Amino acid sequence: MALAKVMLVDDEVPFVETMTKRLTKRDLVVTSAFSGKEALDALAKDQSVEVIILDVKMPGMDGIDTLREIKRFYPLIEVVMLTGHATVETAIEGMKIGAFDYLMKPCEMDVLMGKVQEAAARKRQQEHKIIEARLKEITSRRT
Amino acid sequence: MNSHLKELGSYYRNLTRNMVLIITVVSITPMILVSALILFQFHNSFEEKVNAHLTTLVKKHKQNIDVFLNERLANIRFLARTFTFEELANESFLQDRLAALQEDFGPVFVDLGVVNARGIQVAYAGPFKLGMALYSTADWFQRAMKSNSFISDVFLGLRGLPHFIVAVRENWKGDEWILRATIDFVAFNNLVEHIRIGETGFAFILNRKGEFQTKPFQELVASKDPYLELLRSDNSSNGKPLKIGRMKGEGGEKNIYVAASLKDGEWLLVYQQKASDAFSDFERAMRVTLLVLVLGLLAIVTTAFVVSRRMVVRIARADREKHMMNEQVVETGKLASVGELAAGIAHEINNPVAIMVEEAGWIEDLLEEEDFKQGENLKEFRRALTQIRTQGKRCKEITHKLLSFARKTDERVQEFDIDEAIKEIVALSGQRAKYSNVTISLALSEELPRVRLSQAELQQVLLNLINNALDAMEKQGGSLEIRTKKQDGNLLIEVADNGPGIPAANLGRIFDPFFTTKPVGKGTGLGLSICYGIIKKIGGEIEVASTVGAGTTFRIRIPLETIKAEEPSNKKGE
Repeated sequence: MALAKVMLVDDEVPFVETMTKRLTKRDLVVTSAFSGKEALDALAKDQSVEVIILDVKMPGMDGIDTLREIKRFYPLIEVVMLTGHATVETAIEGMKIGAFDYLMKPCEMDVLMGKVQEAAARKRQQEHKIIEARLKEITSRRT
Repeated sequence: MNSHLKELGSYYRNLTRNMVLIITVVSITPMILVSALILFQFHNSFEEKVNAHLTTLVKKHKQNIDVFLNERLANIRFLARTFTFEELANESFLQDRLAALQEDFGPVFVDLGVVNARGIQVAYAGPFKLGMALYSTADWFQRAMKSNSFISDVFLGLRGLPHFIVAVRENWKGDEWILRATIDFVAFNNLVEHIRIGETGFAFILNRKGEFQTKPFQELVASKDPYLELLRSDNSSNGKPLKIGRMKGEGGEKNIYVAASLKDGEWLLVYQQKASDAFSDFERAMRVTLLVLVLGLLAIVTTAFVVSRRMVVRIARADREKHMMNEQVVETGKLASVGELAAGIAHEINNPVAIMVEEAGWIEDLLEEEDFKQGENLKEFRRALTQIRTQGKRCKEITHKLLSFARKTDERVQEFDIDEAIKEIVALSGQRAKYSNVTISLALSEELPRVRLSQAELQQVLLNLINNALDAMEKQGGSLEIRTKKQDGNLLIEVADNGPGIPAANLGRIFDPFFTTKPVGKGTGLGLSICYGIIKKIGGEIEVASTVGAGTTFRIRIPLETIKAEEPSNKKGE
């Protein structure tokens, strides 16, 4: 079984391609998108993605806007922000909107893998809690 | 450079000269104009005054002389009419009459004489033996016989003394006879001689022949002619007002004269005075005015010179300051564009570097596969990939520093406690200091007020300074002291280490962007330049003192006036 289902969103095509290969090699299921809009379109079709690795600086719809949309429609999906432009303000804004964490490019593969796994674990935990809550609700209704 | 300085020198000299000229001309012109106008007016009114004075004087004396002559004439006419020819021809009677006259009028009448129509003096009373003297050929007798009364010019006559004669003609039994009296020259002369004003003013009487009728105070040899001219031309216009005018004297000096005709235009009473004497008061006033004018001129020129010099010194200083400011502005602009350029490059380079590092990572991943593990050069591949990753990280560090140099730190001004901010920064650096074997000590002043500043900026400055010190002491270890104090209204922060110090040659350049002495890959050369920019922006100053082998001290000075929090309170949490 795969460690996690990940979507990689970045406008740098070679970066996405290589990263996809590397993450796949580490037992992740990786899909990719080259812009914020593309990512949202893909999510509309398939919501099984657990963690999105999202570049902050992209032409058109930037990382922060994309993050906002993702969290609006799919609040359970975790987002790890990835950027070459390290500014504390962007990080704080991303965290406020609901990003899981923030990493600076180029980043160590091990660090990234660690973050992705943590994020996936949290997502599953959240889902689990929700299911439990619903079950409780159902059982309490029946009794 | 030298020619530029020379040019500047001559520019300021020209400026000084022009200012002196303008101030002098503007101040002096009205002064001279006003003085000239006042002098001119004064001269005119003074001249009028002098003329009026002299005219009055001469008029009064002319009247006096006229009255004197007419009275003498009236005296003897009274005698001639009161007494008969026979009575007067009696010498002793005549003697009595002379005595009576002399008693009444003093020694004015010298003698009396009765002359018959044939010119024989039939009776004589007086000091000379002139009885029976014959006057038939004398000029005065001939002229006296022609009119009722007669006054002669002054002449020497038979007695050889200057005198003149007044005579009246009477008729006795069909025969004409003359009573004549000799008038004392001295008495008459006194009338004119005592008209004396100033040092050179005097009066005299001339007859038509140009003979003096009185004894002039000064000889008038050369300048007699113009008066004669005046006398002759005046012949037909008796009783005309006095003549006043100027003429040149012998020595070329100007004389003022006032002339009045006497004795029906036969005599001319002249008053003459040197113009310089008559106008001596005016000339004295003019000399004083000139002296004041010259002193004023000197004062104006001196003031103009001193004021201009001071102004030009100030202008030169202002110019120098302006020049320095311009240079600073250019320098700041340069730094800003360098910052922008750096930010752009840093940002653009980050992505390709990330891709390169990822590609290297991918190759590394692939090397883990069995096929490659057998490869001969596996070790070399791994070394090369590690190197790529290391250099990639180095690129990242450089770009991050460049970005933080260009990026605006949190500029928001807030009120905070300096000492607390310093303690925070020191705590951050504590770990690194421990590894570098550096002890950080604090000597913070208790009396510092809370300040209003961007805390982030101040902390960035301190962090840069602390990091630099730690870098410098990394090898040998050492101690770092951070001190704060209040000094002359300034907040003083010192960061002092006892590290290896900075060579004098580098001291002047350490605040320049991209200047670094750290080994390649360790520094970007931007840290101190950022510090410099921030402190300057706050309005403070940062300076460095360093001795090779002894250590380095950075000193930050910020005027408390500009950064002090509004409510002065030394205690936190009030």
